[in-house]
Amino acid sequence: MIKTMVQISSAILLSLAMISGVFATPVDTYEFKSVDNQKRALELAHSLRCPQCQNQNLIDSNSPVAQDLRLEVYQMVDAGKADDQVIEFMTSRYGEFVLYKPRMEAKTYALWLGPVFLLMCGLLIGFFFIRKQRITELDDQEISAEEQKELDTLLKRDRK
Amino acid sequence: MKKRLVLFIPLVLFLVMGVFLYKGLFLNPQKLDSALEGKPVPAFQLERLEDRSEIITDESLKGKVALLNVWATWCPSCKYEHPYLMRFARQGILPIYGINYRDERAMAIRELSREGDPYTKNIFDHDGRLGLDLGVYGAPESYLIDHNGIIRYRYAGPIDQNVWNETLLPMIKELQSAAKLDGAS
Repeated sequence: MIKTMVQISSAILLSLAMISGVFATPVDTYEFKSVDNQKRALELAHSLRCPQCQNQNLIDSNSPVAQDLRLEVYQMVDAGKADDQVIEFMTSRYGEFVLYKPRMEAKTYALWLGPVFLLMCGLLIGFFFIRKQRITELDDQEISAEEQKELDTLLKRDRK
Repeated sequence: MKKRLVLFIPLVLFLVMGVFLYKGLFLNPQKLDSALEGKPVPAFQLERLEDRSEIITDESLKGKVALLNVWATWCPSCKYEHPYLMRFARQGILPIYGINYRDERAMAIRELSREGDPYTKNIFDHDGRLGLDLGVYGAPESYLIDHNGIIRYRYAGPIDQNVWNETLLPMIKELQSAAKLDGAS
């Protein structure tokens, strides 16, 4: 009984694994020269944005442009082109826009370093505020002799 | 007093951000900068749509300021654009080259003979290779090229009278006078 259950469940698992393997490339029947090439090409295509349907990457999108570009990426990878060359091919035609991860350049410094800068500002401001507050708190605790006297009289008056 | 001013900093930041985000509402995210502006038309060698034996290359486009118009029979916006192109072609301001993009030859020829042909010549880009090299992501798209075959401007979407008057025509005039100074026709 247990044995058959294990057999059935392993069969189900195996078929699931096969299904997910097929679904990695939903529309294409492109055959890669090697598994490594396939992995690299799919990763690249995942990291590139479709110029037509802008919130999808090349794998997700079914637009004709994305299909063409996907095929182009696959072929370039299979031809032994480096990742940089594929990315260069894409950006020289469709612009920096197709990169989900913009390159570090003069015009993208604000993009990359802005958050770090803002975080620093926040920390700095926070630090000064807290320190200042602590100092004023300490100040408040000190009461001059005159004030103490006044306080004593007030307290005495209340008790009467 | 100084302390009071510091308290206004968040308000100022909020206003600055507000202005930017408000402006962002009116930007068209579909409009991409062409990576090819300022670069020559990519090298190609393709058959003419109307005549298989005639080969058109990037060299054939040089000499005059010209408009490259990417179109196809499967593209509804191209049909909207078509009458405007007919009008501009009749005015004879500049040659308009069609790039028949991922289309069937017979269908394209039939469409042109039925609806009218605004194009000086049509480049038959059946497999979309030239379109890919131009960075086309959907028809119609138009490229303004100068007399040296350098892409000066890309317009994605259908051209109408407004786009022509406001954007394209001033640029064409400018490029044509530059071409004249350069000695080209």
